[in-house]
Amino acid sequence: MSRYAAMFERLNGRGAFGAFLMLGDPDPGACANLLDAVVDGGADMIEVGIPFSDPVADGPVIQAAAQRALAAGVRVSDCFELIAGFRARHPDVPVGILTYANIVVARAGFIRDAAEAGADSLLIADVPALEAEPFVREMEQAGIEPVLIAAPNTPDATLQRIAQLSKAYTYCVSRTGITGTHAGGRFDSRLVERLCGLGAPPQVFGFGISKPAHVRAALSAGAKGVICGSAIVESAALGEDVAQLVRSLIGATGNDSASQ
Amino acid sequence: MRLSGRFGRFGGCFVPEILVPALEQLETAFLESQDDPAFAAELNGLLANYAGRPTPLTRCRNLPGNIYLKREDLLHGGAHKTNQVLGQGLLAKRMGKTRLIAETGAGQHGVATAIVGALLGFETVIYMGAEDVERQKLNVFRMELMGARVVPVESGGRTLKDAINEALRDWSASFETTHYLLGTAAGPHPFPTMVREFQRVIGREARAQILEQLGCLPDAVVACVGGGSNAIGIFADFIEDPVRLVGVEAAGKGLEGEEHGATLLRGSPGILHGSETYVLQDDEGQIADTWSVSAGLDYPAVGPEHAHLKDSGRAEYVGCTDAEALAAFKALAVKEGILCAFESAHALAHALKLAEADPVSAILVGLSGRGDKDVAQAQALLA
Repeated sequence: MSRYAAMFERLNGRGAFGAFLMLGDPDPGACANLLDAVVDGGADMIEVGIPFSDPVADGPVIQAAAQRALAAGVRVSDCFELIAGFRARHPDVPVGILTYANIVVARAGFIRDAAEAGADSLLIADVPALEAEPFVREMEQAGIEPVLIAAPNTPDATLQRIAQLSKAYTYCVSRTGITGTHAGGRFDSRLVERLCGLGAPPQVFGFGISKPAHVRAALSAGAKGVICGSAIVESAALGEDVAQLVRSLIGATGNDSASQ
Repeated sequence: MRLSGRFGRFGGCFVPEILVPALEQLETAFLESQDDPAFAAELNGLLANYAGRPTPLTRCRNLPGNIYLKREDLLHGGAHKTNQVLGQGLLAKRMGKTRLIAETGAGQHGVATAIVGALLGFETVIYMGAEDVERQKLNVFRMELMGARVVPVESGGRTLKDAINEALRDWSASFETTHYLLGTAAGPHPFPTMVREFQRVIGREARAQILEQLGCLPDAVVACVGGGSNAIGIFADFIEDPVRLVGVEAAGKGLEGEEHGATLLRGSPGILHGSETYVLQDDEGQIADTWSVSAGLDYPAVGPEHAHLKDSGRAEYVGCTDAEALAAFKALAVKEGILCAFESAHALAHALKLAEADPVSAILVGLSGRGDKDVAQAQALLA
């Protein structure tokens, strides 16, 4: 069983909490500590960015994190080492990579290396279902699970492709636009239902999750989990206690709140 | 999508999933408009009676060789860009959009978008790198005069590619009411195909004009390549002809260094701003900073059709340095009484080299824009 499948089984109906951090931000050593801190705070799965100079799906917080990492001289191999280190310390916590197409195609064997480092899934923000097949094929060969994005405006035929191609979970965007804390999401239960009906892997909401109320709303819409990115990255950049932030958000993932 | 959006291995539609429906809507509107005589009539009417088409073909009287200039510098707005903003503006109307957004480097495409925004009654927002806003105050004022709002982009390197990133971000949240009026034949499908079709008029006219003036096809067609819209526009109707097609990239301070914008000559295949194409990047895929004396050629990617024309060998691509372009800019002013854009001077510089090697060959040059915008910079550089 994959680490994601095992995690969802372990949670037994509780919503999964995914914490996002940019690898190498602000430097590899500090980043390794932050990864441990979010697990300490209770994160069920980790999503990690591999920094790209031109992240068009991201808002200012994540872009700034990528720029800090690149300014610190972080390379893709450093990112894979961070993942491998995390994998050794936390053998059961699923790790998903979020990055951009040019990072993947620039390095021969990127997908294989990511799998070998211990990553469980890969989401390429600027590869929609329309362009995903060659990447998905390579991921399947390497034993890393593809994650695709579904949006409320995605037509049914495309959702069906997404349901077929995705493995670990389905990344549902909660609103139009980019990542960030500037606006909360509208958690579309219709999107979750449509994906469920198509047999897609567990629906996880991202974009605009920064408060316990957002977590509750996402899970109330039927999602199996949430991913919180900008709020955690911003908190880390301000030197705050990210474990505490994660704890406060996870308080909203229990069965009770999910059924409200 | 109804079309593949591919040019050989290049092109495609590499955008976040949320933008795919907007691009599909655009493709549908574009394809339907191509079969709609009313759309063609309205666009052709605007091109003729508003923008001033057809533009002349001018044979140089005093420069050496046998050089013909396709005078897009005489188009309303001062550059070829007006051709395609009129086309996209009408498409945006057709789709019921009420707002236009665009990126701009030095401001030429921003000005062109502001023109069509004013003419067709759109709310218009132009994203421009904060560095460029500072350097191009006059163009910022021009856009504002025509009712556009200019948003300085503070992220990244604060130049053109960052303005594109920001426009894409805006569009991810606003596509229901907003058309992203991309400025060149690059980006995700359908932009490269659509912009080529709206710029094809350059080569169609030039081909007919040179057949009339010279009695035969030219030996070579030469155009500068930044994103590549004026070059693909002038090449398109010559692709089936036995004519050399030469794209001229910005060699900046020299191709041996890193301060240039020669994507096809020094870049490698990658994926940027929605398209698989040649990209200036480091060994890990991080996008490189570029340099050219002409802001319009200062871009780290290139339209995917040019990537394909290069790899297939149908077109050849060469570089021209800042110094060579400036010399050609000056020569055209002194010998012919024409102030051209620095971008266009790159094409002319290479045409002069071809003319020197073979003085009888007929060379068609895309003179993509006029030089008013560059006069202050020329004064500083040539003083």
